[in-house]
Amino acid sequence: MTAFLALIGRDLKLALRGGADALTLVLFFVMAGAIMPFAIGPDRVLLAKLGPGIVWIAAFLSMLLGLDRLFRADEDDGTLVLFRHAAIPLEAVVGGKVVAHWLLTALPVLLASPLLAILLSMDAAAWGKTLLALLLGTPALTAFGTIGAAVTVSLRRGGLLAPVLILPLCIPVLIFGVASIAAPEGSSAALLFLAALSLVSVAFCPFAAAMALKVGSE
Amino acid sequence: MNMALASADRGPLGMAAMNPAPALLSVENLALSRGGRQLFAGVGFVLRPGDFLLLRGPNGAGKSSLLLALAGILRPDGGTIDWHAPEPPKLHLVGHQAGVKTRLSLIENLGFWREVNGGSGMRPEAAIEAVGLGGLGSLDAGYLSAGQTKRLALARLLVTDRAIWLLDEPAASLDKAGDALVARLVGDRLASGGVVIAATHDDIAGATAIVMLGAA
Repeated sequence: MTAFLALIGRDLKLALRGGADALTLVLFFVMAGAIMPFAIGPDRVLLAKLGPGIVWIAAFLSMLLGLDRLFRADEDDGTLVLFRHAAIPLEAVVGGKVVAHWLLTALPVLLASPLLAILLSMDAAAWGKTLLALLLGTPALTAFGTIGAAVTVSLRRGGLLAPVLILPLCIPVLIFGVASIAAPEGSSAALLFLAALSLVSVAFCPFAAAMALKVGSE
Repeated sequence: MNMALASADRGPLGMAAMNPAPALLSVENLALSRGGRQLFAGVGFVLRPGDFLLLRGPNGAGKSSLLLALAGILRPDGGTIDWHAPEPPKLHLVGHQAGVKTRLSLIENLGFWREVNGGSGMRPEAAIEAVGLGGLGSLDAGYLSAGQTKRLALARLLVTDRAIWLLDEPAASLDKAGDALVARLVGDRLASGGVVIAATHDDIAGATAIVMLGAA
């Protein structure tokens, strides 16, 4: 457990010392949402209707943008190889990195979502639903992204490949994510689906990603 | 691939035969290839606690790859690596890449490895002192020179107590005092019943066996 927490603590510390680097993704998220009113036009009703979908697309794209940094730095300085002989299994190491990555990429997006809600003229109820859907759905995006990043980390130019690889896996998350926001009052089926997707993918991704890392280093 | 081989039993110093302890590691008939090209075949040696094996050979002979195979990271083409244990032991590997985070201080780097690998060894402060980086503990590792970074990588061996060390060019980019430091660390490890396998072009005193890879 010490090793697990040390890993999360180190990744957070490294990201915070990186300064503006940590803000790139959340800035991208806000920017992607902020340009929509200009592209679509100042129709408040239409914007509010499209809002949830736009928030999800912006969140999804900003998650994809951050995938490459998940294992790249550790691969480049030799840390990833050394993790093979850590006191905890590689699966647990990957699990720790998933938690840290979610805290660094998804949590800022959640925190910035009120800003986007205002820009897209969503009301408080719609924003609340969006926040809940993002909270339940982003772990799945992180989990799928981790698998993609692990598969491509040993490739020199794998940065672009990982998003393409995980795109089909992430489509259900988007579908249920948007559906849960648009769902009528009292219907929680889509939210439950979203939660199930996250639980299953987060449970399995450390094993799949660790296996990909092992094969990749051979 | 032609290759010459001196196994531990036929080592030039002949000390392996005098070591009565049970074998810790037996490697038999090992073959390894990278990118479809065979590096070596038929490599074998037996190591007992206190043994120090030097891997020698020209560039590209497969010294680093053999170390990675022993660490369980590369899969050999053939042959066996037997640790005489239910599962391969956790060991220390010092490779070409130091595994040092430039944005963390020396203390933080070592503290991290101590927590990840298990805190059975020295305190980070003591380890930094032991590798001759005393007083630099709170400095960011990014400011270290190549030789100092190597020393920091070696300090990782001290913060977690492990019997088996795999060292890839441990003396690379080190000064004279650094060479002596490596020899001292290795000597201490061997004295406490450890096993050290080092791939090197330099001479490190105390080798009990030498394996030549590639054309000698």
